[in-house]
Amino acid sequence: MKTVTVAGGQGFYGDTPAAVDGLLAEGVDYLCLEALAELTLAILQKDRQRDETRGYTRDLPAYLARALPFVADGRTKVVTNAGGINPTAAARAAVETARSMGVTGITVATVVGDDLLTRLGALRDAGNDLAHLDTGEPFDAAGTPPLFASAYLGARPIADALAQGADVVITGRVADASLFLAPLAHEHGWRWDDWDRLAAGILVGHLLECSGQGLGGNYSGDWWAVPRPWDLPYPVARVAGDGTAVVTKPRGSGGRVTTDTLRHQLLYEVHDPARYVSPDVVADFTSARFEDRPGDEVVVSGVRGRPATDTYKLLLAHHAGWAGEARVAFSWPDAYDKARATAAILVRRVAMAGLDVDEWCVEYWGVNALGGPTVPLDALERCEPPECVLRVAWRCADQRTAALVGRELVPLTLSAPPAGMTGAGRGGGGPTELLGIWPTLVRKADVDPHVRVTLEEVR
Amino acid sequence: MRLALRELCGYRSGDKGDVANVAIFADDDETYELLVREVTAERVKEHFGSMVTGRVERYEARNVRALNFVLYGALGGGGPRSLRADNLGKTLGGALVRLEIDVPDSYAGRRRPRPDVAWADEILRGLARGGAPVSRGR
Repeated sequence: MKTVTVAGGQGFYGDTPAAVDGLLAEGVDYLCLEALAELTLAILQKDRQRDETRGYTRDLPAYLARALPFVADGRTKVVTNAGGINPTAAARAAVETARSMGVTGITVATVVGDDLLTRLGALRDAGNDLAHLDTGEPFDAAGTPPLFASAYLGARPIADALAQGADVVITGRVADASLFLAPLAHEHGWRWDDWDRLAAGILVGHLLECSGQGLGGNYSGDWWAVPRPWDLPYPVARVAGDGTAVVTKPRGSGGRVTTDTLRHQLLYEVHDPARYVSPDVVADFTSARFEDRPGDEVVVSGVRGRPATDTYKLLLAHHAGWAGEARVAFSWPDAYDKARATAAILVRRVAMAGLDVDEWCVEYWGVNALGGPTVPLDALERCEPPECVLRVAWRCADQRTAALVGRELVPLTLSAPPAGMTGAGRGGGGPTELLGIWPTLVRKADVDPHVRVTLEEVR
Repeated sequence: MRLALRELCGYRSGDKGDVANVAIFADDDETYELLVREVTAERVKEHFGSMVTGRVERYEARNVRALNFVLYGALGGGGPRSLRADNLGKTLGGALVRLEIDVPDSYAGRRRPRPDVAWADEILRGLARGGAPVSRGR
């Protein structure tokens, strides 16, 4: 029985390319690199604003440097959404990386058509209201024009590229799990209305897309007992034609694969698990069966799917002001009281300086910065925190004001509660731009005719 | 008697825009039924207080003995917009398992294992002895 091996070689922009070595050495048919989170698109948008040849995840060449020798030998293919909001530039970088390594004869495919920024007007004219997916607010409520608009495409254009002979497929915003479904559907010949098989591919993709997070990373069980956590491997799945998958990790590596580590990932960033809406299928994750096997193997089977919806998710972002932040550390005694007083002094000083702050965020690290109101106040009364770090963040309409607010903190070095300012760290860093995320839906019929696959052989 | 969820289940949280999800995982059927009964969407909404400005929805994933809570307006406007240190809601799982629920007396003394990071102390002791940065290798 034919099985296809897919691997999750990247979980986000910033993951370590070193971990793909173990996967490649083990032998994988497809190395899938998932590079995009909502926050990543915002980062890439800022990159593209500064330099229009950017807008893709710039660690792509580092990944390809490790993978291309295996691609050149015909042992593996690469599928990635590293193209971000500029897949054409990413493909150019991929071709240049191959040439610089002396790798020729491989085919790089580019999928475009997810970037709808210049087509929003036409899409609205065609009847897409682009109302906010979570709040229902009308599109015009966002105010400023969007800075990027990326639709979450599905697996089909990638499968098309593979059918045309692509060795490396580079896309923009393709849904994470669809990167994994595409090679499975291509290799096994799954029909695009074979909902249970498509759901199986999406489930495999979802379990693998966050690299180490299915293998003992960010794991709430006995995380301290996960082997060699400084060298956490990335996951692989051997997937049969009926969709049954064996999820595992490279032999001899650290980490752990059990039903428990995988179920943590199963629900990660999921809303209704019985209705996981991907571009390709609506998967029912509550129908999946997990069976532990010795040797860090889990058999995943039985997942059911229902027909895909007629819309894609579309993510827009708008400028939302400028933020600054600062930290000050306070020692015992009375650390928490000193921190609160200092925050109040800063707020007063900023008002005295006539600086407009639209939003403050005051946090007490070591007390309740993360837990907020879930931290019982009587715990504070019973136990005085030995130390406390005050973190203040603020939002202003413009960059200059955001910087000036930070300046108001500096005089507190000598003019604040004891022992003055410490713990601010070196460098500091200036104000950063905030982006408001606007998730919405767009009809597939208005997007698909513009999706294009182009292929280039590296010479 | 009352017990914190910390002693009863695992947890993980994540973000989508200004919406966070927190999943909790029981280790056996009896505990799962207990969670289904006690950890309602209303309880969770109340627990998070001003941290969650919108509604809370609950979903069951019985196949993995999990409950999944979807928290609207939970991330200060969403990752790239939020002023919070935890702008992606990574720690909301830990915040949820602080919740205490009513449990049968048979759960008395029930406790999930506590961390043993002797291996970490061993590595860190090496720093103190040699004074050399770990990145140099051996």
